[in-house]
Amino acid sequence: MTDPAMSEEQNVTPALDPQGTTASAPAKRATKVDARDVDVFYGDKQALDKVTIEIPENQVTAFIGPSGCGKSTFLRCINRMNDTIDICRVEGTIAIDGRDIYDHDIDVVQLRAQVGMVFQKPNPFPKSIYDNIAYGPRIHGMVAGKSDTDDLVESSLKRAGLWDEVKDRLEQPGTGLSGGQQQRLCIARAIAVSPEVILMDEPCSALDPIATARIEELIDELRQNFTIVIVTHSMQQAARVSQKTAFFHLGILVEQGATEQIFTNPEDKRTQDYITGRFG
Amino acid sequence: MTTDHIVKSFDDELNKLSDLVSRMGGLAEEQIERAIDALQKRDGVAATETIENDRKIDALQLEIEELAIQMIVRRQPLAADLRHTVAALKIAPLIERIGDYAKNIGRRTLALNQSPPVKPLFTIPRMGRMARNMVQDVLDAFSNNDVEKARAVWERDAELDDMYDSLFRELLTYMMEDPRSITACTHLLFVARNIERIGDIATNIAEVVHYQVEGQTLSEDRPKADEASVTVVEPQ
Repeated sequence: MTDPAMSEEQNVTPALDPQGTTASAPAKRATKVDARDVDVFYGDKQALDKVTIEIPENQVTAFIGPSGCGKSTFLRCINRMNDTIDICRVEGTIAIDGRDIYDHDIDVVQLRAQVGMVFQKPNPFPKSIYDNIAYGPRIHGMVAGKSDTDDLVESSLKRAGLWDEVKDRLEQPGTGLSGGQQQRLCIARAIAVSPEVILMDEPCSALDPIATARIEELIDELRQNFTIVIVTHSMQQAARVSQKTAFFHLGILVEQGATEQIFTNPEDKRTQDYITGRFG
Repeated sequence: MTTDHIVKSFDDELNKLSDLVSRMGGLAEEQIERAIDALQKRDGVAATETIENDRKIDALQLEIEELAIQMIVRRQPLAADLRHTVAALKIAPLIERIGDYAKNIGRRTLALNQSPPVKPLFTIPRMGRMARNMVQDVLDAFSNNDVEKARAVWERDAELDDMYDSLFRELLTYMMEDPRSITACTHLLFVARNIERIGDIATNIAEVVHYQVEGQTLSEDRPKADEASVTVVEPQ
């Protein structure tokens, strides 16, 4: 799938690490999103200070940290949702596949199809289940006719693990589904426009344990085809679903590393204090 | 850990876990001392007491394991808390084995008391003291997150192994000189082996302490001088 906004840059995409080409060798992951020295200001107040992080491709990266630490702000930088906030100013670079997404000639609408987002409170459109999924592809010109659209709706709902539950009532409103189903609908909606990255801001906070488990299972399947970044308040969820974890505190990226290591033997005392419940 | 948990009961549980391990360790140390003392003095009453006291150690193991499991359920501990909980779960059965070895020494004492005494053996009480000190030091190291102290215990085991090796030869020699001493000497061999095993377990505990503090297992091979396993003494 080529993206018109980025296709001219395909030939300068950073090459995969040579080891990555061999199926059998343990490959160093390619970097999908490369953020360097990102500062974010809301007016005069600095919300993020020199955040530098590589988000690996086809893996789940978790952002953890206390309320107000900047993790959601940083998440929203990756698909430029912060552009909608007047007083918000972003400095530094965020590159996806080597291309800085804050370049003046980036098509932001296209970017937000590339980099999908799922929010804490499920927010299906006030449309039918079918139209919730079909809307994005239609306006992006990704489907040719009804048959195309039908196929895309079905495959998106299947990939989100929702098809069996809704296939006989696609014309019913998306808002009539349960919380867990609505969230899977939102994930299906995000997938339908063929993103490369999916951002999730506390996607399970409003869901019961069973719905949560189904989303976590879905995340595990999705990461084979997408790069996923998830903000979560649950340490255990971060430990379960992610391969890389980054801990934010007071606007600073304090520590980042392999999830296993962060949760069993973190290097920074602030990280240890947060994850063990020694401060809020 | 200088900062307290927001939820105080979590701190209380971690402290209780440490206390239980210390108590269990303290009991095991007493048992080692009592057993060796009973052996030296050929004291059947003290030996029997040692055998019976072992159940207190077993009971503490159960308590530690139940608490650690409940902590996993309630707290889902992470990082140092997780390592501390796992360490307690690993150390409890190790101390229980130390207790079993002390109890076994008590049993052997009862058997030995039915034979005439073998030549006075100073090595066994010395070994016993050394093993007891290793256990005490390694459990101190656990309570205080002291990796250096744990490592020192880990290294001392070679000395205990050396003492065992020379005692092994000595006892083989006695047995060859006087076949009537074979029963007693064989029991003493087992006693010595039990003490040597206690030293080994102390080094296992040291490895757990290392993991608890550093978050990584000790990767080197323990300095082991076990020549007794391959010792042969020819009759003259």
